[in-house]
Amino acid sequence: MTATQDMIVPSFDDEASEGRKLAIICSKGNLDMAYPGLILGNAALGEGVELHLFFTFWGLDMITKSHMEHLKFSPVGNTAAHMPQALTPLPGMTTMATKMMKKSIAGLDVPEVPEFLELIKASGGHMWACRMSVDMNHLKKEDLWDGVDDIINASDFIELTDGAQLLFI
Amino acid sequence: MPTTTINGREVFVDDEGFMTEYDQWDETMGAALATAIGVEMTDDHWKAIRFLRDDFKTQGETPTIRRVSTVGGIDTKQLFVLFPKKPAKKMAYIAGLPKPHGCV
Repeated sequence: MTATQDMIVPSFDDEASEGRKLAIICSKGNLDMAYPGLILGNAALGEGVELHLFFTFWGLDMITKSHMEHLKFSPVGNTAAHMPQALTPLPGMTTMATKMMKKSIAGLDVPEVPEFLELIKASGGHMWACRMSVDMNHLKKEDLWDGVDDIINASDFIELTDGAQLLFI
Repeated sequence: MPTTTINGREVFVDDEGFMTEYDQWDETMGAALATAIGVEMTDDHWKAIRFLRDDFKTQGETPTIRRVSTVGGIDTKQLFVLFPKKPAKKMAYIAGLPKPHGCV
């Protein structure tokens, strides 16, 4: 089928998506649970959507200098890891599974967590650390990754995500 | 497949208007595509577009923003300034390439 018409131009700056906001609550510190929020958040930024990431509870590890490079994947209790469950708690299994997962992620040319955060920051994403989680872990602003906008409490987060679509991971 | 007239030449495009034939594109056409989406081309814009064209030729797919920055050497922040809001899609459109498939 051939249709000839005047120049077809994609609607990149659609008014319907104007002002769209996405907020993602990252509450897990496992390597496999760190990625969904980063991937979706990065995709949102690439579509011109304002992004706010809120790191809370175990998710704080993703932006804590001493932990962010050492997130791990454990196959324990995870039937989707496709290995006999009795073997999963054996010594060395988490290290091996983490290594394998990092390898497959790198194979897709997807960056590791710290570099991914840099990418999101450079793309204009906002990152917030949860006040209660920071206090629970006796951390200070300087213990957190430099790209973090601020340490805020739950009410601040609710206020700044007014009208946003929300995702809890 | 629909065709559309860009710069007085009839070319193949997909339903959204992205060109589908690599060899139908040239830089005057790229400039016309840029104008159509409100992007004013400068040397910095061309640097990115030329990288996309070259990379597609060798890799067979449109590079993602990350690849343009890590391999093409153009800062991510700058890409968002040059091609506001949707840099990956805008660059692909101007370069006459399909939208990138990669998630990151």
